[in-house]
Amino acid sequence: MGSQGGFYQSKEFLDLVKSIGEARSKAEEDRIVLNEIETLKRRISEPDIPKRKMKEYIIRLVYIEMLGHDASFGYIHAVKMTHDDSLLVKRTGYLAVTLFLNEDHDLIILIVNTIQKDLKSDNYLVVCAALNAVCKLINEETIPAVLPQVMELLAHPKEAVRKKAIMALHRFYQKSPSSVSHLVSNFRKRLCDNDPGVMGATLCPLFELIARDVNSYKDLVISFVSILKQVAERRLSKAYDCHQMPAPFIQIKLLKILALLGSGDKQASENMYTVVGDIFRKCDSSSNIGNAVLYECICCVSSIYPNPKLLESAADVISRFLKSDSHNLKYMGIDALGRLIKISPEIAEQHQLAVIDCLEDPDDTLKRKTFELLYKMTKSTNVEVIVDRMIDYMISISDNHYKTEIASRCVELAEQFAPSNQWFIQTMNRVFEHAGDLVNIKVAHSLMRLIAEGFGEDDDNADSKLRSSAVESYLRILGEPKLPSVFLQVICWVLGEYGTADGMFSASDITGKLCDVAEAYSNDETVKAYATTALMKIYAFEIAARRKVDMLPECQSLMEELLASHSTDLQQRAYELQAVIGLDAHAVDCIMPSDASCEDIEVDRDLSFLNDYIQEAIEKGAQPYIPESERSGMLNISNFRNQDHHEASSHGLRFEAYELPKPAVQSRIPQALIASTEIVPVPEPMYPRESYQTTMPSIPSDAGSAELKLRLEGVQKKWGRPTYTPATSTSNSTSQKTVNGTSQGDGASTVSSMRETYDSRKPQVEVSHEKQKLAASLFGGSSKTEKRPATGHKAAKASSHMVEKSHVPKSSMEVASDKAASAQQPPDLLDLGEPTATSTALQLDPFKQLEGLLDTTEVASAVNGAPAASISPDIMALYVDTAAGIHNKNDADLLSGLSNPSVTNMPGTTAMPQVTQSSSKRPNPKDSLEKDALCRCGFACSWAVDRTIIQAILVFIYYYQIYARDCHINVIQPY
Amino acid sequence: MIKAVMVMNTQGKSRLAKFYEYLSVEKQQELIRGVFSVLCSRAENVSNFIDAESIFGLDSRLVYKHFATLYFVFVFDSSENELAVLDLIQVFVETLDKCFQNVCELDIVFNYSKIHTILDEMVFGGQVVETSSSEIMKAVEEISKCFLSPFLLSCVKMHVDDVRFSTFALFLIRINR
Repeated sequence: MGSQGGFYQSKEFLDLVKSIGEARSKAEEDRIVLNEIETLKRRISEPDIPKRKMKEYIIRLVYIEMLGHDASFGYIHAVKMTHDDSLLVKRTGYLAVTLFLNEDHDLIILIVNTIQKDLKSDNYLVVCAALNAVCKLINEETIPAVLPQVMELLAHPKEAVRKKAIMALHRFYQKSPSSVSHLVSNFRKRLCDNDPGVMGATLCPLFELIARDVNSYKDLVISFVSILKQVAERRLSKAYDCHQMPAPFIQIKLLKILALLGSGDKQASENMYTVVGDIFRKCDSSSNIGNAVLYECICCVSSIYPNPKLLESAADVISRFLKSDSHNLKYMGIDALGRLIKISPEIAEQHQLAVIDCLEDPDDTLKRKTFELLYKMTKSTNVEVIVDRMIDYMISISDNHYKTEIASRCVELAEQFAPSNQWFIQTMNRVFEHAGDLVNIKVAHSLMRLIAEGFGEDDDNADSKLRSSAVESYLRILGEPKLPSVFLQVICWVLGEYGTADGMFSASDITGKLCDVAEAYSNDETVKAYATTALMKIYAFEIAARRKVDMLPECQSLMEELLASHSTDLQQRAYELQAVIGLDAHAVDCIMPSDASCEDIEVDRDLSFLNDYIQEAIEKGAQPYIPESERSGMLNISNFRNQDHHEASSHGLRFEAYELPKPAVQSRIPQALIASTEIVPVPEPMYPRESYQTTMPSIPSDAGSAELKLRLEGVQKKWGRPTYTPATSTSNSTSQKTVNGTSQGDGASTVSSMRETYDSRKPQVEVSHEKQKLAASLFGGSSKTEKRPATGHKAAKASSHMVEKSHVPKSSMEVASDKAASAQQPPDLLDLGEPTATSTALQLDPFKQLEGLLDTTEVASAVNGAPAASISPDIMALYVDTAAGIHNKNDADLLSGLSNPSVTNMPGTTAMPQVTQSSSKRPNPKDSLEKDALCRCGFACSWAVDRTIIQAILVFIYYYQIYARDCHINVIQPY
Repeated sequence: MIKAVMVMNTQGKSRLAKFYEYLSVEKQQELIRGVFSVLCSRAENVSNFIDAESIFGLDSRLVYKHFATLYFVFVFDSSENELAVLDLIQVFVETLDKCFQNVCELDIVFNYSKIHTILDEMVFGGQVVETSSSEIMKAVEEISKCFLSPFLLSCVKMHVDDVRFSTFALFLIRINR
């Protein structure tokens, strides 16, 4: 009982604790605790409970809450206890409220007054208790209520109070810097407090202040150095010692502060050299705390302006840490090595074997730290070993957080230092396979881009080799169960694009595999969508190559399943697939030219190809288009339009979210499709908007499209082809190769030479051969790589001559770069840049051709009302078949009646029922909207022109979609 | 800054939990469970440091020490030094040991509020303020003395001629020393 002092607990509490301790299951424990809660609830609300009893109840509540049960019914009693006069009860009250309440709790308001009173108490223990509560319970709003009292306490005669007052002020600063910003000078003042404990306490807030703004505290360097000197020289009383170290926490804080102040400041650093050197020499390295101070010295040395002598001492300490048997010291050593390696890279070489030991250590923490170190020292010479090890480790762990981190590090290193594309793809495959869904989707996109772009235009052979090796590896990987979604998307895209490109695999092989994927991962709509599009591509290429297309039965059934899918996106894709299969070779080739994923798409936003047609219509008596702003009585429509055509204009209602939701784009497509096949004749104000949205992603100049584009900013582009400047892209790809050549050549020699040097240095040490080999491959390059050009963009140009392995002769490289320079835009999967002369010439522009088709179709249909299908059998047939008759007639009527607006109105409205019948699939609101719109604007003659244009746009946009989606949007959007 | 101090036994029962930033009870339990699942999977003779970012979020480290049936766990950010915190755990345990003479798990359970008092003397608002176990002891004793004295005084005043009671009071004073 004696040992319990004033903290005596009753027998009941002991019994409770005992019974909980003896509980054999969680359920039993819960039952006991719930019983206890019931008892407490009953007892605590009884009147006139003795204080001592009450105090005990509260302690029991705290205990219950620590076990994870709700004790909120007793909070108010804890608050009441803080008002008590007895210190014993008050302290218990404060303890309970600091554990129970957060600073925004409703009950805080009841405590603030008590705290204010207690801060003024004569008994310093009461003040301390109140300060303790202040730290935890005061928020930004209540700071002003207690701030004056806390400020007074900074001059309190008791050092314990001063210390705690400083901490409270620090806490205020952390919670709301602005509310105490005028008081931060107090920290400086308290630094000169004659009690070392108080001085030590001020270092905490000063450290934080200095971390935020180094320059305003440069003048304190001298003071900090002299304090550190005094502490290190044991000028403080023994009471501050901790395990025979003089005030170690003060030393550590000071070293941290000096590291901040001396960073990049030669003058300030020079003041610190002596004292840090002294600590290095004197510090006791046999205790934990001594080593903690030494480690802090190393951190300081690696942060301040470098001093060779100090670096040497730091290296000595590091080697002592690494050689120690203690895992803790090894850990600190590896961490310190990672810091020092930035300043003197050669130091890693001395410790290579120690590092490898740590890498193979069973201790997970140590392993991770070592991987962190390896990550910091990766170069093009050792990237293969390091990334390989990292992936092995990644596979072995189950912690998702760390898996994600290490996967992203692998990707980063692979992008930065990859020796070859082949290796890169293999590495990526491994990363995706094992950490797939944890990897950022951008990484998948850049992998697709890499496969699509390959080395560049100068070496088509290597490109196709790369692709076929990718296809081959993917077909192999597909055999494995449970692949991550992101990886499957990449696989589907690549198989669709390049599966049949090299003729190694037949279309039925690939389509079979794709159907398997869609079936095996039937819960994943994204993968299914990718697979469907890939199927469409394969069939399209087959048709375009004029081969006979036999749809596999499983593919047929997949398509049928998707045609009835609940997902509008999948349905849309299935319809497209069905449509494409029905087309002839010429049309398919226009829609989906093979190997065109890198081509630019030209978008004529003005629809200038329709000019002739409009001219003709006007000549025939149609009214010219009147901009909506000039029209009257059509408010409703102009609202829609405004938005469509001038997105930025402020007038008119906005119907979109601020950021365009991506899936919405997809889900709209089917509507547009159905609409365009069935109700073309009825001009409907919604259409332009929808279609506009679907095309948006591919219009580079549009602000909105930037939102939808694949964002690549975050992805490292250090390796792979830089995208935006053709000139560098050529030189880069060559330099890449030359470096590969050199690095391969050197790799072997480096390894052997390293081993020699190592062996000669330490002939007696027996180290396993494998370990040495690993060491050599990790560290081998460290001294030599410095001389070799890095994988930079320009560096390798000169060396390309000397390297025999270089695939690209200088002359061809120049030619290539010249060519590239003349072409404004490299073929780029992602940058849907402005149309350029070269790219237009290169690609078969489907729109130019469409333009022709449309023109004739439209003119024909408008003029004589004959079925458009007869003129453009392939394309128009798809759309016009059912509606053609109606809409053409309707159009003809309209045009013929142009001279009389009221007549024009009639056919439009009478045609309505037919149209709506035929489009029974369409949702009702749309119909009504459409009717409404029609009534409102029917009399406007300008519609005659508008309608035909819209019609043309719809057809245009649909084809554009097929083409664009296939080539680009797969990459641009998640689908 | 120190984010949390926890003491739990080897079965995962929480014996002390103090969070220096407010967290809801559920969150606290989740963290305690998370920490325990990491701790119990660690072999002996490995380092005392754990990367706690997956449990506590960015910039958090964890140092633990295993004593008999108890784990002592400190969670903190990069402004502290791992080895130093490890030493702080040592100081904490030494202080408990002095306080309870051969501290054991039950002492910690039964003297819940006293443990909190000791910890408050060492770590204040997430910052280390005292590292000398004798200084901590002094402060804690001063507080416990205050707890008893008013009670004793009132006893003595009210029952000054009650011999039995004064004996009891004297007994209390003696054991308090």
